[in-house]
Formats: sequence, C-alpha cells, structure tokens
Amino acid sequence: MHIIVCIKQVPDTTNVKINPETNTLVREGVECIVNPFDMYAIEEAIRLKERRGGKVTAMTMGPLQAESALREALSLGVDEAILISNKAFAGSDTWATSLTLAKAIQKIGEYDLVICGKQAIDGDTAQVGPGIAVHLNIPQITFVKKIEELTPLPAGSIRAQRMMEEGFQVVESPLPVLLTVVKEINEPRLPSLRGKMRAKSANIPVWGPEELGLDSDQIGLKGSPTYVTKIFVPERKQAGKIFRGEAEEAVNQLLQELRGRKLV
Amino acid sequence: MSIRVVEEKCNGCRLCVRACPFGEISLEGKLAVIGDGCNLCGACVPACKFGAIEMQIERAREIDLSQYSGVWVVAEQKNGRLQSVTHELLGVGKELADRRGVQLSAILIGHGIADAAAELVARGADNVYVVDSPEFEHYQDEPYSRVLSRLINTWKPEIVLAGATATGRSLVPRVAVMVRTGLTADCTGLSIGDDGLLLQTRPAFGGNIMATILTPRHRPQMATVRHKVMRAVPADRSRKGNVISVEVRESDRFCRARILGFVEEEEKTVNIAEADVIVSGGRGLQSPENFALVEELALALGGAIGASRAAVDAGWIPYSHQVGQTGKTVQPKLYVACGISGAIQHLVGMQSSDIIVAINKDPYAPIFQVATYGIVGDLFQVIPTMITKLRQR
Repeated sequence: MHIIVCIKQVPDTTNVKINPETNTLVREGVECIVNPFDMYAIEEAIRLKERRGGKVTAMTMGPLQAESALREALSLGVDEAILISNKAFAGSDTWATSLTLAKAIQKIGEYDLVICGKQAIDGDTAQVGPGIAVHLNIPQITFVKKIEELTPLPAGSIRAQRMMEEGFQVVESPLPVLLTVVKEINEPRLPSLRGKMRAKSANIPVWGPEELGLDSDQIGLKGSPTYVTKIFVPERKQAGKIFRGEAEEAVNQLLQELRGRKLV
Repeated sequence: MSIRVVEEKCNGCRLCVRACPFGEISLEGKLAVIGDGCNLCGACVPACKFGAIEMQIERAREIDLSQYSGVWVVAEQKNGRLQSVTHELLGVGKELADRRGVQLSAILIGHGIADAAAELVARGADNVYVVDSPEFEHYQDEPYSRVLSRLINTWKPEIVLAGATATGRSLVPRVAVMVRTGLTADCTGLSIGDDGLLLQTRPAFGGNIMATILTPRHRPQMATVRHKVMRAVPADRSRKGNVISVEVRESDRFCRARILGFVEEEEKTVNIAEADVIVSGGRGLQSPENFALVEELALALGGAIGASRAAVDAGWIPYSHQVGQTGKTVQPKLYVACGISGAIQHLVGMQSSDIIVAINKDPYAPIFQVATYGIVGDLFQVIPTMITKLRQR
C-alpha cells in the first residue's frame, strides 16, 4: 500500500501579531511549522502503514526552506519525502498549487490514498485538497474524522466518517481516493530520537517545472486565476465601556446597560 | 514572471523592508534583497520612491470575458429546505447584480425541491435553475460538481457565490478547478470595483491581515461566504421569477462514492450559529466543572453555549460549539465572552456580533478591544452574581 501525504510549511499564525506602528506582521520569534492539520494527516498515514504495511511519501511545494518540514515528517515515520521547489512556483494560488502537486503525484505513479490536512493556517482556503482530487480525476472525502475500514488496492475501498455541521456522514469510496482530515481523527505522535537521526541523513529530491512537465503559464503567479490586489490590517473597533470594581456593582451597571438595549 | 531589485536604483533606504507585510525583504550592505518566501503580493513596488523594484507579470492566454454575464447563487438545501446561508447570499448577490446591471439567478440541485425553488424567487432570484432527480437527493461531491460545472460552461455566469459550509467547501473548490477559474474562500466582503471586477475581501494569516483578491482574467469569479457574515433577505411572496427545469444527463450522475448513512451529534444542542444570544467560555474557566457556569449563564440569558478553541481542545465541550477561525462564525444580538482572552482567531468568528460583553480578569486582554461592554474582574464572582440577578427578575 502506498500513501501520499501533502504538507505545507507555514508561519505559526496563532502567534503572529501586527506591529501597530508599521502595520506589518511581526515575524521575529514566529516559527515556521508544519501546518497543524497536516500533522494529523501524517499521523493517520503512518498509523495506516503500521497496521497494513506499505509506504508513506510526504511531499510539499514551497521555498527551499520547506525541506525542514519534510525532515520533520520523516522523523515521525514517513518513509520518503519530495520537495517541489522552484522560483517559477512563487505566487501560486490554490489552482496552480493543486495542479503542481497533482503532477508530482502522477509522477510518483501508484498510490492508494492521498491525505491532506483540511486547510492551511496561513491561506485558510481548504481548496488545495479538492483541487488535487479533480486534477487527478479521483474521488474525495473531505473533513474525515475517522477511517472505519480500509482495503488497499487492488480490491481498493475505504469507509470513513465525514464531519458535517450537526453530525457526520458515513461515506464509502473506491481507491484511489483523496482525503482531507480534521483534528478529531487522531493524536499526532512525537518524533523518536532514531527517527530524527534517520531524517537528518535522508536524501530529499527537489522537483521543478521541468521534472513535472509543467509550462510556465500553468504555474506560479502567471498560472494563477486569482490575484491579491491589496493587503491591509483590519481596523480594530473602538474600545467600549469597561466596568471595574466590586462584582456586585459592575454587574448592576452591565445589566442596566443590557436592559436599556432590551437584551435582558 | 519575476520580481527584482534594480541595483543601480536602490540606495538602501529600507522603505521596501517596512512595506513588506511578510518581512521578506532585508538589506545586504546597502542593497535590498528579496527573500525566498516572497509571494509576489507587490506591496513593495509602489513603496519604493526610486522605482528600484520591478515586478513583471506575464499574462497567460486570454479568454473572452464579454461572453460571461449574470450573478449566480448556488442554493444549499437539506431535505428540500433551504439553508439560511442561501438567503444571505441572495442579498449580496442582488447588490452585485444590480451594480453590474445583470440578472440574479439561483442554482438548486436536489430532489423534491419545488417549494425551495419558489422560495428562492421570493428571496430575490430572477431565475431559478432547478436540477431535480432522485440521485441528487443528498449532496455528493462528484454528481453535484459535474452538474454545476456543466451549467456554468453552458450559461456562462460572470460571478458565482456559494455558502462556505461543509457542503460548499467540498463542492466549490472542485468546480473551480473543473471550470479552470479562480475561487476565493470565506469572503467577508464582496463588491464591484470601478473596473467592473468583483472585489473579494477575506481574512488570511489566521485573521491577522485582510486580503482583497481579484479574478481578473478568468470566469466566473467564484467566491464562498460563511453563514452569518452577510445579512439575509426577507421573503417577498409577491415577487415573480422564472423557474427553469434543467434536464439531467447520464454523465451528471457519475459518482464513485456512496453515502451509507448519517449520524447526528449525540448532544441535542441549539445550532449556535442561529442563536440570538451566545455565552462563550474560554481558558479562564480553568476546568470542565467550572464550564458549568457558562452553561448556567447561557440558560439564564436564554442563549446558546459557545467556546473558544482552548476550551474545545481541552475537551470541556464538543467542537460544534467552537467559535472562531477554525470553528463557526456567529453574529448574535448578544455575545458574552467569559474568560476568553480574544486571540484574533476567536475574534474573527464573533466580532460582527451586535453587542459584545467581555468578562476577564486581565485588563489588557485583546477581547476588550472589540467589546461593547466589559467587566474586568474575577469571573468566578462576576458570573454567579449575574446569574443570581438575572434569575431575580
């Protein structure tokens, strides 16, 4: 069985702040991490491999420094890693990114599953996973919170729980299939010392547009239908009325205001 | 496709360093250097007073944009009933259509949906395209995306809007790729610019910044919008519109996956996104037992229970109650945040609430920046006091 996991290196946006004087993102002290949802994807792939045997390949599209995200995946137990990197990919939107990743998956050849995290915490679009599925012409199951059953190729089928607003769907699909996973699916493990040492010495090939057979007008900014025309820091509303002092008094004042607005 | 610093023109003044929202420009000696992680947002180009930064965008082949006309809303229905996000989309869709001088149409896919079609007209659709067949009774990725793509390629709308729901976020990214066009997810703002293009504004970087996005050379311009971000249109039964029945083709039905069933969430809860009053708890509650205070206050105010990511991650309350960037977006009349610091990822999910009340012992907690009213104090005293007084009335 072969499982491919697509990951992304992102800045830790939960710790990013705006410098109020310059209106820019404060990047100092903000680590580059593996996108949190992708950690769950990696963990699920490794668990499936541990139960059924086979191989897990992690891939990422990004600048050269994204290699460290792949080494982290390797240290957790992923078998092979591929870095898709080239200046020509810069400025890719989700269309160009999903095409590029799909081409890399096609180049790899045989696979039972492609697993992605639900969304990346910098772009927040949740579009690349389904985009890859379309480029590969395979079915998808999004927001997977649990894999109930998996039969690898050639019989090839999966039964999974898909998280929706008020519960979950149970969905069955033939393989190969693309899954996007949510945090409810598992608890990611920590890397072992052995894993880290293995990861350090692993060879990670770098693929560019030539290796993937992509034209310049299909990738990067040129190949992207969407275009960011403006970036700005959101306005913060004016601070409101703050009540301090004794709880009794503060609550009285608050309730008076809310009564005035007919909310209580 | 490139960006470069013109060495002869750069004098190391650092204006570009300050302008880059991603901190990707640095100085080496007296020369600006653009880092590897540059994503070509272009903010530095106008910032340089010496024209020392050049960006070249090569255009791919052009499509004939003039063939595309009309604003579409992809209606969402469950068991024949329209989901309220659709009414919100019709509201903003109407504004866009009027500004563009074109018609507003709704696409309705399902089975047994005649009533829903009539409601779409009442909510503002000039045309409703109905795809009604037993295989479409429940949403499935492949048949729905095939039908929608086919209709888009046939009727060529210039704008397509859909809800950023579990369904929408599975369907629309597929369709955008099938139709080879741009899609912007989770828009908080939609308007038409002076050049007639759809301006799509959304949060990024976990909500720390806002981005305005265009789809200049591809059609349709597709966007998803979360529930409770736009205002719903009321129904007007006197409105007239065309209901057009769309013939289903064999190729539309192609579907490899199968739905075996649906399991409802065990807890019977109010869907918090619909609630008029929400009381939310965060890390400040300190323990799952203390979270009961939030529940009691919600009961006393007649509202639903919400939570920050911290409370959900700690296992105090299920994910369906989570408010924020990776949870639900809510827009109640009253939102009470208890022991929630107000990280940007939480604010993004509730800052459009009409009245926000914050209770926190930290006077510098960011939640107070968006709160209409705040109590700086010990919530273990404040909340029981509030509950007692509310019960007295």
